[in-house]
Amino acid sequence: MNRKPKLMIGGGVIAAALAYMIYAGVTQSVVYFITPSELQAAPVTGKAYRLGGMVVKGSLQWQPRTLDLAFALSDGKASIPVRHHGTPPDLFGEERGAVVEGMWTSDGYFKATQILAKHSEEYKAPHDGDVSKKDLMKTLKGGGQ
Amino acid sequence: VTPELGEGILIVALALALYGSVAAGTGARTGRSTLIESAQHAAVGVFVLMTAAIVLLAYAFLTFDFSVRYVASNTTLATPFWYRITAVWGALEGSIILWAWMLSLYTLLVILRHRENARDLYPWAMSAMLGVIAFFALVMTVSAPPFQRLSPVPLDGRGLNPLLQDTGMITHPIALYLGFTGFTVPFAFAMGALATGRVGDAWITTTRRWTIVAWYFLSLGLLIGGWWSYHVLGWGGYWAWDPVENAAFMPWLTGTALLHSVMIQERRRMLKLWNLTLVILTFLLTLFGTFLTRSGVIASVHAFTQGTIGAFFLGFLSLVALTALTLLAVRWDVLRSEGTLDSVISRESVFLLNNVMLVAAAFTVFFGTVFPLLSEAVRGVKVSVGAPFFNQVNIPLFLSLIFLMGVGPLIAWRRASVDNLRRNFLWPVTLGVVMALVCFVLGVRSSFAVLSLALTLFVASTVALDFFRATRARLRMGETLFPAMGGLLLRHNRRYGGFLVHLGILVITVGVMGSHAWSVQTETTLKRGESAHLGGYQFRFDGLSGRQEANFFRVSGTFTVSNGKPNLLVMTPAKKFYPQDQAPIAYVDYRLGLKEDLYMVLGDFARDGSQATIKVQVNRLVSWIWIGGLVVTLGTVLAVLPDRKAPR
Repeated sequence: MNRKPKLMIGGGVIAAALAYMIYAGVTQSVVYFITPSELQAAPVTGKAYRLGGMVVKGSLQWQPRTLDLAFALSDGKASIPVRHHGTPPDLFGEERGAVVEGMWTSDGYFKATQILAKHSEEYKAPHDGDVSKKDLMKTLKGGGQ
Repeated sequence: VTPELGEGILIVALALALYGSVAAGTGARTGRSTLIESAQHAAVGVFVLMTAAIVLLAYAFLTFDFSVRYVASNTTLATPFWYRITAVWGALEGSIILWAWMLSLYTLLVILRHRENARDLYPWAMSAMLGVIAFFALVMTVSAPPFQRLSPVPLDGRGLNPLLQDTGMITHPIALYLGFTGFTVPFAFAMGALATGRVGDAWITTTRRWTIVAWYFLSLGLLIGGWWSYHVLGWGGYWAWDPVENAAFMPWLTGTALLHSVMIQERRRMLKLWNLTLVILTFLLTLFGTFLTRSGVIASVHAFTQGTIGAFFLGFLSLVALTALTLLAVRWDVLRSEGTLDSVISRESVFLLNNVMLVAAAFTVFFGTVFPLLSEAVRGVKVSVGAPFFNQVNIPLFLSLIFLMGVGPLIAWRRASVDNLRRNFLWPVTLGVVMALVCFVLGVRSSFAVLSLALTLFVASTVALDFFRATRARLRMGETLFPAMGGLLLRHNRRYGGFLVHLGILVITVGVMGSHAWSVQTETTLKRGESAHLGGYQFRFDGLSGRQEANFFRVSGTFTVSNGKPNLLVMTPAKKFYPQDQAPIAYVDYRLGLKEDLYMVLGDFARDGSQATIKVQVNRLVSWIWIGGLVVTLGTVLAVLPDRKAPR
């Protein structure tokens, strides 16, 4: 019976291929979550990030005809200008938390490819219309998931 | 009094389940049938109590009993009747109660069905199932009490998440949980097999149908979840590799592996250890899925400490894993295979490869799902692993699995001869290659599309060839066409049920491939009278209108759609404004079609109705996914029909 070693080698090859696929996949597609102050401290261009913060009051500009969206995300310490091409999602607005995925550009703004407004099964509607700032920051730290 | 009554019921249910579990276990060990009978009575009692508890909760919802915190948090006076019913399982506490109720129902059915025909295993299985119920009852009395009192009693509740106010949410959790809880049955019998040392075929033949049923409901739950995501969330997709989805997908993958690997044990007496491991793994993954979705760890590792439910589930997971491992270790010497693998080119080895791929896919999904949690917990760095990772690793695995799906059922056991291979695969392989060439000539350049279509045709033709030959053999015996086909399906219902499920999966594959490779979308802002163009269709914006509905205000846009012929149809995507919610919710308008769906989302609009921003998609072949689900349903029904073996 020299089948066992053959099987072991076959299994080993499959396992190695799989391990490589997972390793390569993760290193290529993992996206780091950063805060506006972290980005300001070390602005790296051309690397995908998820940036989370609160949309600064008065910063939101939306041009329906061109679908250009511009706003600033802040974590209370630093504020980062963000631009996006596309309709703002339903849960998006000034003084609300938002997580955007995209890259910092050399032109001095964060170019968002995606604004995340995920659905949550656990629905927590505000009691009397307003969410406290503290609650918001808590959601933000959650990474927008 | 509802809160007190409910809590009382759950405490009694907890005590009864615990007693039943211990009594059944002791009875099984000592052989005292009075104890086993007593445990049966306890199980019936648990079912009655759990039913009472869930009915009581539903009653509290229907009567707007806001003294129950859970009711106040998940309904308002304006919530329509049906959504008050679905709100029963709309959030954490209620979903646990639904889970426990289903488990008690399964336990009752197991007793009714197996107390005569599986005398050795079934007391142990009953003990295991009651033990799991006791855990859920404990969660409900301590960690996530559905009947917690709220005082002062508010005048109105806070309302069910508007996104969950959809018919998909009536059926999706039920199907999903029937699947999740259903895997407890094979797990419980596997525990019985380990406890008694009878690790042969008995537990497998006893639980074959239970496993198929659990697998089916889990599949259905996943499909309905995809349908909900598609027509409610408005992003135009049905699967996002979201941790919540992954949580349900992992046990589906290992459960699918189990359905296949048990056949090798039945036929070749191999893989005893592997099958037990798979059934334990699948059960653990259903618990892990609940842990993942219900403890809040997905949002952040730190949310874990906010409630006790995460600790409860993690503790129970460890307990189950440890018990199972101990039992496996104790029975180690009887778990050796009696058969051996004779050749790599054989059905055993194809099934084995299928299992390796499925478990590898499950591991990939697991890794991608927990990697962000690990990264945050260990390194304190928050990361996310997105859809590209899952697609990149899983698509090759799934395509290989489809290939094996064609090979496995027809290749010979033990060692396939060249003749066997030629007879079964020459034509299908030729057809698959021709398909790939035709795709290429027609200008399809997506390798994913070419490969999926070629493999789909290959597998479909293996099934067709097999069915054709079997029918022809019956015709030669003098039968006529339809009785021959019908007789074949019923006589070999398990085989052809499996084939039909495979065909359903192929149809789903075509849908996934088509929507992945050929869907198109555009986003634009239109003034009244202007049109958007996409995929040969023209969408003209005619105006906006507002209307007060039962529990929300609706603003809808009117769009006239045409394609060459004028005024083909009118679509009215809308935004719904719920009074208790700050942000509106998109209401997707869609037209399903066999070839393509038209899909419109109203994004933003000018208050005077002069202008609207829309997202338009022409999604290709998505309907095939839902049709595939129907085919899988038919196949499952055929596979679980009672055996009709010819009298010998």
